[in-house]
Amino acid sequence: MAIRRGRGVAAINYPTGMNLGGDPTQALVHSTPTGNFMVTLSSVDLGQGMKQIMAQICAETIGVPTDRVVVDTADTDTGPHCMGTFASRGTHRAGNAVIQAAREARQVMLEVAAEELEVNTSDLETDGQGNILVKGAPQRSISIFDVALSAHFKRGRSISGRGMFLIPRSYPEKETGAMKPSTCYAHACTVAEVEVDDETGEVTVLTVKNVFEIGRALNPKMVEQQLVGGSWMGISHALYEATEPYYPNRDHGGTDFNQYLMPGPGDLAQTEIIVLERPSADGPYGAKGPGEMCANPQIPAVANAVFDAVGVRIDTLPITPERILRALKAQASN
Amino acid sequence: MAKVPVQFTLNGAEKAEFIDSGTTLLNALRDKIGDTSPKGGCHQGTCGACSVIIDGELRLSCLTLAETCNGAAITTTSGLSEGGVLHPLQRAFLDAFATQCGFCTPGMIMAAKVLLDHTPSPSREDVVEALSGNICRCTGYEPIIQAVLTAARSNSQHAA
Repeated sequence: MAIRRGRGVAAINYPTGMNLGGDPTQALVHSTPTGNFMVTLSSVDLGQGMKQIMAQICAETIGVPTDRVVVDTADTDTGPHCMGTFASRGTHRAGNAVIQAAREARQVMLEVAAEELEVNTSDLETDGQGNILVKGAPQRSISIFDVALSAHFKRGRSISGRGMFLIPRSYPEKETGAMKPSTCYAHACTVAEVEVDDETGEVTVLTVKNVFEIGRALNPKMVEQQLVGGSWMGISHALYEATEPYYPNRDHGGTDFNQYLMPGPGDLAQTEIIVLERPSADGPYGAKGPGEMCANPQIPAVANAVFDAVGVRIDTLPITPERILRALKAQASN
Repeated sequence: MAKVPVQFTLNGAEKAEFIDSGTTLLNALRDKIGDTSPKGGCHQGTCGACSVIIDGELRLSCLTLAETCNGAAITTTSGLSEGGVLHPLQRAFLDAFATQCGFCTPGMIMAAKVLLDHTPSPSREDVVEALSGNICRCTGYEPIIQAVLTAARSNSQHAA
């Protein structure tokens, strides 16, 4: 009886969104009288930071600082239609809709500015700081604050835009069955190092090294935060968490935190995160969906590491001490 | 049912309320007094989201009857900032991206404050031990541990 060490590797590709019935998200953008911009969505910020990302996308498209954008989300009674926050689709689907809406609003904003400055719309550019300048003659400029006042009180314009991003339903080809169930794919690879006590069946994850390819990281710190949390969650899925331990039988399913095992701060593996950015062609500013993806590769990597350590294949999650001991027993009797 | 009077100080301010006997401190704070910084995660003492400080000790407000708090001094996360300036722990949580959905954050900050009040220069193991009664779904804990260690360091620099 001994503590045995093993190492496992796994790589995944993971879809951004789904389109089995058509996958739409809509967005509306409008300016307030003082030149702030409002993004209206039905999409939900679950805490992953969607509001911040949508504010960045809107600000980048219109050409204003991010703090000039307010995002109102998650009221499906009053907001434009969104399928929801799931399948790692939020940034990609809502982001594309916000870009479209913000482009239309920007066009109106530039038209009003052009009237005020008595130039052509095509001769104008934004400085990203809240001003609109004449290209090549930056001394001729107007603040977006003044443009908004003019639109609202003088020229009777609504600086606003509508955004609609729809991935149409994909039908399988009759001959081959080939279809396009999603849009761009994120990728990840994980190496996990574990110790397995072959007397108790207990697994300790020593290190987890992850590489994630997620398109462009629109907010690198928030991406890192998502990936660190997701990596831990993947280990938790692999070793601890089960709503129905005898699935599909509901017996002994956890009903609260006393019965549903969730690791605490004492159960952490040493974690490393590397981000590769390969901007996607159809993503907003190149983004893909890193959300669900980041909690997946740890599971097969841990299962492979357990196999490397003690030579048993556990193909049911979570990989509990009981399952390891039963497999070891079966292995010994063969 | 007859109401019961309770009186305590909350973040330095006198509070007095009539409550139903058996009301938890969590519900009294949130529903009667309007301090929603303690969160009701499990209402059975297993998640730590409702943690508050009572007379200097970390307590679970979901398992504490409000009527046992007469005369006590209660601190919650909403009382930590002074004059609009965030407490070093709050600042460190922000800087370290130690929150995502934010539901566990007030409880984490309360647990960390009691730790730093008693152990100004904690080891990583001290921090892990202090946070072991608090569950977080989003962060994987590491950013929270780092935030508490950073706050401890900034405190000791101020003291020096």
